[in-house]
Amino acid sequence: MKLKKILPQVLTLLFIVLIFGFFTMNAQENMDTRGIEFGFGFLKQEASFDIQFSLIDYDGSKSYARAYLVGLLNTLLVSVIGIVLCTILGVIIGVARLSPNYLINRTASVYIEFFRNIPLLLQIFFWYFAALRALPMPEDAPLLLGTSFMTIKGLFTPAPVWNNFDVFLITLIISLIIIFFFNKYAKKKQEEAGIQYPKFLISIGIFILVPALTFIFGGVDLTWSFPELKQLAKTSYTYEGGVGIPPELIALTLALTLYTATFIAENVRAGIQGIGKGQKEAAASIGLTTVQVLKLVIMPQALRIIIPPTTNQYLNLTKNSSLAAAIAYPDLVLVFAGTAMMQTGRAIEIVAITMATYLTISLSISLFMNWYNKSIAIKEK
Amino acid sequence: MSKVNLLKPNKENINLFLGLGVSFFILGILDFYLNNFYDKNITSFLPGFISYFTPLIFGMIGLHFVRIEFSGIKQLDKLNKNINTSNFNAALSFSIILLLIFSIPPLLNWFIFDANIAGDTKEACTGGGACWVYIKVWFNRFMYGMYPNAEQWRVNATFIIVFIFMGLGYFFPLRFKKYLTLYYVIFLPVISFLLIYYLISGGEFGLEWVETGAWGGLSLTFIVAFFSLIFCFPIGMMLALGRRSDLPVVKYSSLTFIEFWRGVPLITVLFMSAVMFPMFLPDGTYVDKLIRVIAAIVLFEAAYTAEVIRGGLQALPRGQYDAAKSLGMGYWRLHLLVILPQALKLVIPGIANTFLALVKDTPLIFVVGLLELAGMLGLAKTNPKWLGFSMEGYVFAGIIFWIICYSMSKYSYNLELKYKTDR
Repeated sequence: MKLKKILPQVLTLLFIVLIFGFFTMNAQENMDTRGIEFGFGFLKQEASFDIQFSLIDYDGSKSYARAYLVGLLNTLLVSVIGIVLCTILGVIIGVARLSPNYLINRTASVYIEFFRNIPLLLQIFFWYFAALRALPMPEDAPLLLGTSFMTIKGLFTPAPVWNNFDVFLITLIISLIIIFFFNKYAKKKQEEAGIQYPKFLISIGIFILVPALTFIFGGVDLTWSFPELKQLAKTSYTYEGGVGIPPELIALTLALTLYTATFIAENVRAGIQGIGKGQKEAAASIGLTTVQVLKLVIMPQALRIIIPPTTNQYLNLTKNSSLAAAIAYPDLVLVFAGTAMMQTGRAIEIVAITMATYLTISLSISLFMNWYNKSIAIKEK
Repeated sequence: MSKVNLLKPNKENINLFLGLGVSFFILGILDFYLNNFYDKNITSFLPGFISYFTPLIFGMIGLHFVRIEFSGIKQLDKLNKNINTSNFNAALSFSIILLLIFSIPPLLNWFIFDANIAGDTKEACTGGGACWVYIKVWFNRFMYGMYPNAEQWRVNATFIIVFIFMGLGYFFPLRFKKYLTLYYVIFLPVISFLLIYYLISGGEFGLEWVETGAWGGLSLTFIVAFFSLIFCFPIGMMLALGRRSDLPVVKYSSLTFIEFWRGVPLITVLFMSAVMFPMFLPDGTYVDKLIRVIAAIVLFEAAYTAEVIRGGLQALPRGQYDAAKSLGMGYWRLHLLVILPQALKLVIPGIANTFLALVKDTPLIFVVGLLELAGMLGLAKTNPKWLGFSMEGYVFAGIIFWIICYSMSKYSYNLELKYKTDR
């Protein structure tokens, strides 16, 4: 009986050890013959390649570690923008899918069936190589909303120029802390004495008013720098000032958002449909208004159904952002597993670091969402 | 005739309200139409901001007038109930109608009326619409990659034969039904492998050898997806069983394996197979690029398949295990004869979804230099003779993939319904 339990485990261990041993031995041998030494010392060397788009200060004289950081930040940037946008769009489409209005309902389902059945890579290619290439050159671009220019070289929008930005940021954080304690206090009051404050309005008020005060007292100052057309050569123009958002980022965000939103929409629909009709009727019969029914009865229950599959979609979006490499958006894969690997030839270290980074991102997202899911789960007494 | 209250359309004055409503509705659409297609703004006397929204306002007023409860006209009641229940709904419905008017004529023009399909050269494309000549000329490349034109019947023949073998399962006589799983899990993969090896790859029986680098286009998409599915299924099954095992070493090694592959993007796995994998093999060993790619995809997808199968295993009631154990069955007999046949039936829709995801993932193999449909498009659009037709190419590929994926997702949805009622 004991042997029956131990033998399979020993065999599994042996199998794993043998495979790993075989691989490490070969790798060792291969690296010896090629004169490469395993190690992460190369991260400190000068990278000597340029990156088109970077959130932090970077140029060719910086180290590979710095290039890695640039790539990582670019990946995180596109993932965060994508997650925010696809959540908003997904919720709207998911609710529209349940609308009694025939036209809205049909439009939403056509949207879902259309975008979820085309490979994401093809959609990225379409936006980048076909749709965004049809935009005008910088010198012919029309003014959008009086401030921005949408050109073949990207979107140029005004950039905020702050004075004493840190003061503003600190007050913003303070206002969030005040809101947190106010909400706690309001909840306590409601449970003790049944007094209801207009929580949402007061929170918004604090959030806007407190940071706004710093403009008067804190010496905070905000001006905008507008993009201006500048001639580089006889037929080559570009914009100066403002923020230039590269077309790669636009194409990638568009494709990721439109694609992932279809899945989130289906999750939202399933979540809302999963709540029994009786719940709505019971809530209405004790005199709650439509908004209250939605806020206090339907959403808390629907969220429990919606969140686990939506977590998966967030993870997918983050992993899919690696398709950026296909259109040369300088994300982690392109910068590090692409350019840096070509230059250093350190395949094992670099692929290992890249994979470990994605694993860490995936694990942190799923840990956070698990924590959030637990905090809204049914608390059984 | 009773008093007319414009804010509350009623049944007594139905003709008046219908007349007013329809004329406002038409006015709204006319305003929008003239604005967009003829550059004429009939409401230009209004300030710019309001004039911009006039079509919507007209349409809303029109829909407001026709919103009469129990009007006695069947179509009108149906219309009101479906798209016109409140002002908000009316605004949304009218915006969608405007959007359709705005987008459909230009799309139709581009697709059909201004498009060119006759001819063989770029010069044949004179209209402002799509140039389908480009697709026509490149069609073989998009389907078969660089596979020699004269040999393409071999690819077709392979696919037809494999399909026939797949369909044969339906016509099994009842007494052979118990071998069906064996047929699909072992016999079919072996047959398909032999077919691909001898017929597509060639080199024997007088067939010309075609290297895998020349394979491509849509047929490569299917070859990669089909093979990955066949191999990731048994591996996924073992992993799923391992994850639910009582033995800690087996359980945690399966768990680590599954979570590792699920946590990394496919593109890094393909990178790994391309640059890191050769380092792990004895010096001088050469493994074909296509095989390396399929191996990478198999490992990646096996983790997802394992989770799908685990779902099926978990859905079985405990009584099944207890009953089988009380009959004295051991672990393997219990799983092979009782648990897996039931669990696998439950997860067929899930497997179909995995396959769908796999087909949508295959374009990624371009990172290792294999050119399936999307990769071929990238190659075709850089051809100096055919510059500037990337839109047609991507639209074409989009339509092809959409048809494949949509029919597959509908099929798996039907399977889901079918197996739901079974239990």
